[in-house]
Amino acid sequence: MMNNSCAQPMWLNGPSPGQFYNFMGGNNAPAQLPRELTTAGPYGTKHSTAAITTGSSVLGIRFDGGVLVAADTLVSYGSLARYQNIERVFQINNKILLGGGGDFADIQSIKRSIDQKMIEDQCCNDGVVMKPAELSSWLTRVLYNRRCRMNPLYIDVVVGGVDEAGKPFLGNVDLRGRAYDDYVVATGFGRHLALPLVRERKPKDREFTFEEATSLIRESMKVLYYRDTRSLPQYTVGICTANDCSIKGPFKVEENWTFAEGVSGY
Amino acid sequence: MNSFGIEQFPDYKVPGVQHVDFSPYESNGGSIVAIAGDDFVVIAADTRLSSGYSIHSRDQSKLFEMSPKTVLGSTGCWCDTLSLTGLVKVRMQMYEHTHLKTMTTDAVAQMLSIVMYNRRFFPYYVSNILAGLDKDGKGAVYSYDPIGHCERATYRAGGSAGALLQPVLDNQIGYKNQNLSLDQLPPLTKERAVAVASDTFISAAERDIYTGDSVLINIITADGIEKRELQLRKD
Amino acid sequence: MILRFVFHYIWLKMFRNQYDSDVTVWSPQGRLHQVEYAIAAVKLGTATVGLKNNDYAVLVALCKPPSELSASQRKLIPIDDHLGISIAGITADARVLSKYLRSECLSYKHSYGSTYPVSRLITNLGNKMQTTTQRYDRRPYGVGLLIAGYDEKGPHIYKVEPSANFFNCKAMTIGSRSQSARTYLERHLSTFNGCSKDDIICHGIHAIRSSLPNDELNKDDGASQLNITIAIVGKDQPFKILNNDENTAYLEMAKERGTSSMASKPQKDDDNFSTEDQPESSTPRDPQVAIGTMEIQ
Repeated sequence: MMNNSCAQPMWLNGPSPGQFYNFMGGNNAPAQLPRELTTAGPYGTKHSTAAITTGSSVLGIRFDGGVLVAADTLVSYGSLARYQNIERVFQINNKILLGGGGDFADIQSIKRSIDQKMIEDQCCNDGVVMKPAELSSWLTRVLYNRRCRMNPLYIDVVVGGVDEAGKPFLGNVDLRGRAYDDYVVATGFGRHLALPLVRERKPKDREFTFEEATSLIRESMKVLYYRDTRSLPQYTVGICTANDCSIKGPFKVEENWTFAEGVSGY
Repeated sequence: MNSFGIEQFPDYKVPGVQHVDFSPYESNGGSIVAIAGDDFVVIAADTRLSSGYSIHSRDQSKLFEMSPKTVLGSTGCWCDTLSLTGLVKVRMQMYEHTHLKTMTTDAVAQMLSIVMYNRRFFPYYVSNILAGLDKDGKGAVYSYDPIGHCERATYRAGGSAGALLQPVLDNQIGYKNQNLSLDQLPPLTKERAVAVASDTFISAAERDIYTGDSVLINIITADGIEKRELQLRKD
Repeated sequence: MILRFVFHYIWLKMFRNQYDSDVTVWSPQGRLHQVEYAIAAVKLGTATVGLKNNDYAVLVALCKPPSELSASQRKLIPIDDHLGISIAGITADARVLSKYLRSECLSYKHSYGSTYPVSRLITNLGNKMQTTTQRYDRRPYGVGLLIAGYDEKGPHIYKVEPSANFFNCKAMTIGSRSQSARTYLERHLSTFNGCSKDDIICHGIHAIRSSLPNDELNKDDGASQLNITIAIVGKDQPFKILNNDENTAYLEMAKERGTSSMASKPQKDDDNFSTEDQPESSTPRDPQVAIGTMEIQ
């Protein structure tokens, strides 16, 4: 744990002050920098260009018995609506939903790591599965670590689900490892457009009901489609309660462009 | 970008693609106030978590209970806050196992300083205030800068509205420049400390967009930690 | 020539048999003697008992000072909020294992923000201990562990042996003269599940008392004299080693509750493993040093 490889020895072959003697054959080789920092070349290494293929908003709402996570099915390439039928809400296990915004390649990468962890969970065969709060905490550590190495995963994810007691959890982790949980979380444009809509309807003394949550999702996804240029009128919704965890949809946004007739120049 | 001492170069010389620079830091706002008394200490922090003009959460506690006698308030870059408090908690549990006792507030204060200075050249971008009872049972407040400078005080404000709050405390708790002799200074009671802390937050919420929603107040005494909540402006 | 045979004979006698020179050598009967010796080291330690009801897991350990000149040593080691261990055997080995368990639990807590599931922790511990039983340059850990933990699956009692075998138990006891305590546990096993927190602790105390030799029991007569440590973990109860006051209270409670259950004194301590390779009588005994047994308690 103590890395004393850089400390000057007090005397030749002796321990540094406050350290123990390092016997031959111990692990006292100089610590290697992470691979991405040691690439040879005249300019060193430069990371973190930007997200390339991106997903836009993800919206999650917590209700009294579980959570809903919704995202449209578009993955854009800049302003090009490149991939129009990609689900961005994933079922991780029976207790967790993951909604991914940001660079889709990074989402897929982290998804592979998470799936591997789920397989390890199953291999233990002890009936213990990961909980959403645990996944959120783990993502915080991974993303924070990548941030500190100046090589972040350009993602902004929503983690939702229920714990072993059926208590719902909904949280958000961003590319720096910033994490929080709340009754509504959103990424991308949803943060500006959907979040206020949902907060406005929140009763002070209780959680949303399932019906309230679904109608809010429907409404918010409609607003997002009308106002976010990087979105599609098609979305999937993940639902996670104590006895059901699945992805529903794709659903269509109820478009209504009749007002456009009155708009001059349309 | 230049935090690792790798060979650097001016940005304009980079061949190839144009890139958006990644900033590892983000200011997520929030304010803390801590006031120490003879046998108690009050620490308060708002619950708004924001960046830029958007509010992520209106209900995010920034007070971390490190032990039954010590509470750490931490604001700034929220990811650094999470990481730092996580690390301190790990170190405190290790201490407890090796020494068979809970870390005292003074020990936590010292360790926090060292942990933060360890990241001298890639600092935790946080404003920390540590409040607790010291080994004599007296209230103690320690404040920090992002690279680990540590100072004990009797009252302190920190975070995004720290500069707004500190003068109020100087006046109301420190009685600065009021030409009062020592025996004229009214003794600080728990209720007054809570009242002043609450008032400073109500005022800060008027002017600082990163402070608001509600304020959590922890009152640490030998009997335990009493928690109160006060609603603030939510706009 | 004859002299050489004689020396060879003596050499054989000195080393019990030819198949225990290191841990990687099998005996023709299919046994690993070094591993069995390590298991024997557990039986030199003082007894400790672990048992559980629906919500709590309890460890009770007998802390006899290894010599009159020394204080009694710690038999119970807290690992994390949800887990602690009780040891019998070489304390130094237990320290190494507890350090491993602690760092595993801590790093799990650091990354997942929750406690390490007990069954997985024990599996990993078993894997770590197993490597020492399969390499000629290692020796098995000379310590037996009783692990009391609580996780989402409820309370757990695990027993881990130097052979790296681990068992999920309803109740278990290890250490010297533990057979008598085991008899007690077996007799009362059916009542454990439904009983209260106080009951389960009292059962633990009774079990450990029954492992005491009769003369010692009569000697200290007052139950409060009994030098034991109790730890409990369970629902809404982080792992806690009871302090002196609580200890005395429970000892008194146990004394009041059941002298009836105490009546069951065991017949014979048949803990010592019997060897089939050679009759028990020819087993050379390790020298018994009065103060030199500090590590083994």
